Amino acid sequence: MSDARTLLADVVARLFAERVTRELRESSEKGLWPAGLWEAVEENGLTLPLVPEARGGAGGTWDDAYVIVSAAGRHAVPLPLAETIVAAWLLDRAGLDVPTGPLTVAPSQRDERLKLTRRDGGWRVSGVATRVPWGRAAKHVVVVDEADGQVMVALAPAGGARVTQDTNIAREPRDTLAFEAAPALAAAPAPAVPRDALRLYGALVRAAQMAGGLEAILAMATRYATERRQFGKPIGQFQAIQQNLAVLAGHAAAAGMAAASAFHAAARGDLWFETAVAKVRVGEAAGIGASIAHQTHGAIGFTYEHQLQFVTRRLWSWRAEFGGEGEWAAALGRSVAERGADALWPDLTAR
Amino acid sequence: MPTFRFDLCELPPVAEALRREVRGFLGAELTARPPAQRARSWGGWDREFSRKMGARGWIGMTWPTRYGGHERSALERYVVLEEILAAGAPVSAHWIADRQSGPLLLRFGSEAQRQRFLPAIARGELAFAIGMSEPDSGSDLASIRTRAERVAGGYTVNGTKVWTSNAHRADYMIALFRTRHDPAKKHEGLTQFLVDPKSPGITISPILDLRGSHHFNMVVFEDAFVPDDLRVGEEGAGWKQVSTELAFERSGPERYLSSLALILELIREAGKAPGERAAAALGHLVAHLATLRQMSLSVAGMLEAGQNPNVEAAVVKDVGTTFEQEVPEAVHALLGVEPTIETGSDFQQTLGYLTQNAPSFSLRGGTREILRGIIARGLGLR
Repeated sequence: MSDARTLLADVVARLFAERVTRELRESSEKGLWPAGLWEAVEENGLTLPLVPEARGGAGGTWDDAYVIVSAAGRHAVPLPLAETIVAAWLLDRAGLDVPTGPLTVAPSQRDERLKLTRRDGGWRVSGVATRVPWGRAAKHVVVVDEADGQVMVALAPAGGARVTQDTNIAREPRDTLAFEAAPALAAAPAPAVPRDALRLYGALVRAAQMAGGLEAILAMATRYATERRQFGKPIGQFQAIQQNLAVLAGHAAAAGMAAASAFHAAARGDLWFETAVAKVRVGEAAGIGASIAHQTHGAIGFTYEHQLQFVTRRLWSWRAEFGGEGEWAAALGRSVAERGADALWPDLTAR
Repeated sequence: MPTFRFDLCELPPVAEALRREVRGFLGAELTARPPAQRARSWGGWDREFSRKMGARGWIGMTWPTRYGGHERSALERYVVLEEILAAGAPVSAHWIADRQSGPLLLRFGSEAQRQRFLPAIARGELAFAIGMSEPDSGSDLASIRTRAERVAGGYTVNGTKVWTSNAHRADYMIALFRTRHDPAKKHEGLTQFLVDPKSPGITISPILDLRGSHHFNMVVFEDAFVPDDLRVGEEGAGWKQVSTELAFERSGPERYLSSLALILELIREAGKAPGERAAAALGHLVAHLATLRQMSLSVAGMLEAGQNPNVEAAVVKDVGTTFEQEVPEAVHALLGVEPTIETGSDFQQTLGYLTQNAPSFSLRGGTREILRGIIARGLGLR
């Protein structure tokens, strides 16, 4: 890791460790927006790693974005940070200015569309998007649609949508936004952005958040195993516990590798394969890892009082968002099958 | 937080140029090799092929030229290894010597031993076996009992080694013997030796594996003589040397690629437009495969940088062998085709071979349980 990136990692870790407290996570689950935390994140330039400095961003790379997004997962940060990073990058790709404040992207569901149409010299947004991450908290929504035969990125004020609140099982907002020919603030073609950008980049950031979450639960379970005593010794001295935690460590390591590879591929602009790999591999690790972490913690880890659930409930939510392992695995399998057996190894080593 | 990390490793252009060269060679050499043979991975024995690899400079790649090596980088060697494994080339006649015995001699052997053995290994002419396990000493390697007792000019050896792959056709064996017996200090008093398996007093008999195939042996030493100049390193330094050697052994791409041949046959079997279930099963396997390659490459990058990624190597081997074993299970769950030995399709034969060979993946070179113990130690639990 470069020195600058190590520095970034330190800044992010310190900020989240200080500010993302149990009280903050709990109040967020009750529906309170953590405005102070958002301001701190924005002030530190963490929302715009992919926007050039000349346009008000931090001028970083996708590898820098990985540091931020995985740390947000590790600390169960109750903010649309990953969504804002992706939304800001999309706006920048289309040459549009990035407003301050939290952003989200929509739609997140496979079969939904928010349609962009021209009217009176501007663009209008129409349609219903369900389970939009942080829909109620976002100041603006970034929409990707095809119009006039090209991929368009549009910025719509969240106030233009009728919001119906819902959450995922971690009680993060997942709201329905209904737009009825709502005027977009800006829209522009983005030829380098793929049509399925929201699903793709959504899966990418969820993989990184989960990889961070797996690191967190590995650390929590390892620490608990050295502190909790039964039968006269720390439970981590029992081989059964050691073997389980070694399995969790393997999944956490694989998850981190897969997610970091996908972000690195995103820097090349050719990320579909690595993102599919990451969403499948990390999603699988999330389920197994959460199970081992809970088993290690015993009954105390099954309480709301204990912090483990802030991470595991997110892992169970995130693995299903922007496509679960089954959907991505089938897509990956189809693409491999279409290329044929003789292409698999050359393709893999060419990446 | 965890005490291990995996950074992305990108191969340098020189390694990619080498990959094309290796692929060209393998394409020409292996045209007639059927999938079920390719599935033997590094288990296929072919002296002629090993000499060809040696002639191309692909054995002992990182060793000094004065010992017949080629002073290439660990990443260049990595590329050669992953290509020959992916192609299923028959490399058993030089694999152990290139991976373990040569590096061991380079590090701990005498100057005379290096000059005598390393150039011949690099030419692909010397095959090695490893004599570690005994009937009562498997994972608890430090409990070995085969004794080497000092006599004039060398040692007299008595005892038994088991699971010694290729002892019946190797030119030399590097064996671990007990030179001093103190029950309170079983890790001390162990010493490594170069042994000529054809010496008097050594009896080699086959142990057939579960398929009825012969690669393991039992090697019985009855007053066998080993001269002083074939002792490797100092008397009593064997445990440290063996630990180093086993770390060489854990870090390579052979710990996740053993079932690649079956994935390739699955792709052929599923066709260009598989159904949802087959596509998902295939995608699941490819996601694991691609991730493991990045992890294995990451370890290679750490080795190239002069780091000591022991825990990371144990993680790759544990995750990798679990994946290798999952492949025949996933293929069976998906298709339920009956596995065969020498009849049926290439797909059935490959499935038949790997289904039967899979149990060895998490045993050879250190069991899954031992590896997970190493990982647990890395986590600070032991």
